[in-house]
Amino acid sequence: MEQPLVKNAFDVLEVRKDFPILSELPYGKPLVYFDNAATSQKPQVVIDALVNYYTHYNANVHRGVHFLSQKASDAFDGVREKVRGFINAASEREIIFVRGTTEGVNLVAATYGRKNIRQGDTILVSAMEHHANIVPWQLLCEEKGARLNVIPMNDQGELVLDTLDKLLNDNCKFVAVSHTANSLGTINPIKEIIAKSHSKNIPVLVDGAQAVAHDEVDVQDLDCDFFVFSAHKMLGPTGIGAVYGKLHLLEEMPPYHGGGEMIKSVSFKGTTWNDVPYKFEAGTPNIADVIAMGAAIDYWNTIDRSGAHEQEAELLNYCTTLLADIPSVRIIGTAKNKASVISFIVDKVNAMDVGMFLDTKGIAVRTGQHCAEPVMDWFGIPGTIRASFMFYNTKEEIDFFIEQLKKAIQLLAV
Amino acid sequence: MRTISEIENEIIDDFALFDTWEEKYQYIIEIGQKLKPLAVEFKIDENKIKGCQSSVWLTANENNGIIEFFADSDSVFVKGEIALLMEVLSNQSPEAIVNTELGFIDQIGLRSHMAQTRANGLAAMIKQMKLYAVGFQHKNV
Ligand SMILES: Cc1ncc(COP(=O)(O)O)c(C=O)c1O
Repeated sequence: MEQPLVKNAFDVLEVRKDFPILSELPYGKPLVYFDNAATSQKPQVVIDALVNYYTHYNANVHRGVHFLSQKASDAFDGVREKVRGFINAASEREIIFVRGTTEGVNLVAATYGRKNIRQGDTILVSAMEHHANIVPWQLLCEEKGARLNVIPMNDQGELVLDTLDKLLNDNCKFVAVSHTANSLGTINPIKEIIAKSHSKNIPVLVDGAQAVAHDEVDVQDLDCDFFVFSAHKMLGPTGIGAVYGKLHLLEEMPPYHGGGEMIKSVSFKGTTWNDVPYKFEAGTPNIADVIAMGAAIDYWNTIDRSGAHEQEAELLNYCTTLLADIPSVRIIGTAKNKASVISFIVDKVNAMDVGMFLDTKGIAVRTGQHCAEPVMDWFGIPGTIRASFMFYNTKEEIDFFIEQLKKAIQLLAV
Repeated sequence: MRTISEIENEIIDDFALFDTWEEKYQYIIEIGQKLKPLAVEFKIDENKIKGCQSSVWLTANENNGIIEFFADSDSVFVKGEIALLMEVLSNQSPEAIVNTELGFIDQIGLRSHMAQTRANGLAAMIKQMKLYAVGFQHKNV
């Protein structure tokens, strides 16, 4: 009988066995990891990829004639095709390796942005961006005498597109918006935003940091010009991620950092750049983490994605219903279309106090502003408690979380 | 009058009764809940130490060379922390406060539970208390 490559039905207890950390016992208690939006946990195959590389074939890439260097180069180079497939880019030349989303946005701002943004132009972001998709544009605006504009949102934490046509005016030269908001969980209608922007010939960067962990992404279908993400949010290692850019745009862009690898020839009279994507990848790359990011993508290809998606939708639904039953809890971010992220506040109770209480029980959540201070300001709150789920989380964990949350409220409410 | 290091030692002894982070957390919450709220007229921006996830209001009085601190926070845990600091530093002379090193925080095993931002908040509280002490020191000379 033929072995199916994809495990048939989604079995959360089976899947959990792939993640060794899920059997850790912080303070001697079973770990309940609900901080997946900050970083996901890693399956054993990703950990093994790191260990194998360092144990068996650590060498610099593209520089050695020897066995190890060739083996490392092959493994490294193969990942570009894996990333291409993961987001369905047209060509692997459209994939640039970077440290993560933050560096990705900075790369586009420093290359495409520096070249194309001029005094008096505007750059459009949304009201629910992570600081990583705000500050690089502010730096660019400051340098160029350009201005930042903001797509507003409503009380549910959904973008309001009524004013989009007006915001996409003649001055607007770039749009940078998140696919999925980390602080609220909102999944934005980016296809519509991209289509509208393109009708005015304005290119769009999509911050895909949260989206890649929950939804299958197809950059050709989205038709975005740039897409950036971090491997660590999608089961891969920290310190690595990618920028996708349409080839014709990448070809016109100046280099990012100067150094080795990114040049064709160097002389003191002048230097010529290497081809895309190498033009943007100066210096020895993060070889181990690139290879482990490839292992993470391989892992995604073995799991039942629609089953995983259903599991997350069910967790979101279940937890939302239970939270709504607690009178003093207010959920922040109630968009119709949400990823498995729930931000909430508790009346008269400090978020950090709750987070620390839950920590004493082995439950990991995040509290605070989630690198999205403008979102907190908009809702007029100092911060939230955020529980974010991955497909390896269970309803039983949510039951325990809710039980302990109620205890925390009882203890802390004055 | 007990010295700062005598009080520190008492706190260290108290905490020695607790084995787990859970117990220490509960105890600090208990202390925090007992802290007398600061009167509203003192809850002003001038007295505010803004942390990342909580705010602290701190003020001080001096009487006959002895300083008394008053404080509040929107976080019960932070109130507990500051109550501990006040237990150690209130009713001391400006000189004693300025010169103390405060070793007890490390010894009761709290530092490891303070994320960077919170540890910064704690450092900011101690710094502000010492600044008050320096101010009163100069007033007296
Ligand atoms: C929506 C979003 N954008 C950007 C980032 C920044 O990602 P990184 O810190 O991996 O560069 C994050 C992660 O916190 C995020 O959630």
